[in-house]
Amino acid sequence: MSNDPIHQFHINPISPPIHLGAVDATFTNASLFMVAGVAVASGFMAWAMRSQALVPNRAQSVAEIGYGFIHGMVKDAAGEEGVKRFFPFVFTLFTFIFMANMLGMFPYWFAPTSQIIVTATMALMVFFTVLIIGIGKNGFKFLKLFVPSGVPIYILPFVVLIEIISFFSRPLSHAVRLWANVLAGHLVLKVFAGFVPMMAAAGGLVLVGSILPLTMTVALYALEFLVAFLQAYVFALLTCIYLNDALHPGH
Amino acid sequence: MDAEAAKLIGAGIACIGMGGAGVGVGIIFGNFLQGALRNPTEAPKQFGNLIFGFAVTEALGIFSLLIALLLLFVRL
Repeated sequence: MSNDPIHQFHINPISPPIHLGAVDATFTNASLFMVAGVAVASGFMAWAMRSQALVPNRAQSVAEIGYGFIHGMVKDAAGEEGVKRFFPFVFTLFTFIFMANMLGMFPYWFAPTSQIIVTATMALMVFFTVLIIGIGKNGFKFLKLFVPSGVPIYILPFVVLIEIISFFSRPLSHAVRLWANVLAGHLVLKVFAGFVPMMAAAGGLVLVGSILPLTMTVALYALEFLVAFLQAYVFALLTCIYLNDALHPGH
Repeated sequence: MDAEAAKLIGAGIACIGMGGAGVGVGIIFGNFLQGALRNPTEAPKQFGNLIFGFAVTEALGIFSLLIALLLLFVRL
């Protein structure tokens, strides 16, 4: 069915099957767009910063503004120490997600972030970084994360329980937020785009009415560009906030 | 009732949860605008907090949408 909105998320192998031991490493359309995202992002950065002029040209300005934007975000959320330790990690995550979302916005192209395995991998990376750095740096003091200060003793057990549950549901919500936003956005686009030929085929007055879903598709497309940026930003911002917990576990 | 029909009804019911997230997101942006119009110079500094609150609230709506999508499209 050409109008099937879920069809755009199918993963198709584009190379002969490659198996490394038990791992299926076949090159698929998802891998292609992840590689393309990394190539475009790093290629643009290298190309824009090639002259390293004191007074930047337009491309260099874009690269520097992007760098400064993330730098400011990490500094606000995780402090100077966070910048020193985690800035490359957060910047890489942001650029990768941003490029993956943006490349996915092209019609017939594939958005790797619409696969939960991609977002879950990144979310678990952040989760285990928080655990390992937090315990390695603070030792047992890391457990202060679960005991907020200033809570009356008789409700403390419940608060600790809730804090523990919320800590362990973080990778879930972190991964699902990005995945579901991209997935839902692309689904809605496809569904509204599907209305256009459906109404046009009906003919008569309905044909004239098909301009409405067409306008809606264009408006949703603009919204999806906003979402593509915003979700990359949100993912990076939450990463900073979680990493800040690893550095300073006391509330 | 047919299991397929129950799935469709369940997906519809699951989407009600998104209304609550809509209310929450509205409250966040509405209150931000109120504060921002009272004190515009301080507003840009709170952009990170705004987006953080938006993201945490929106996640709950996304969860219910996720349940609806799972019910609709996952074949057991």
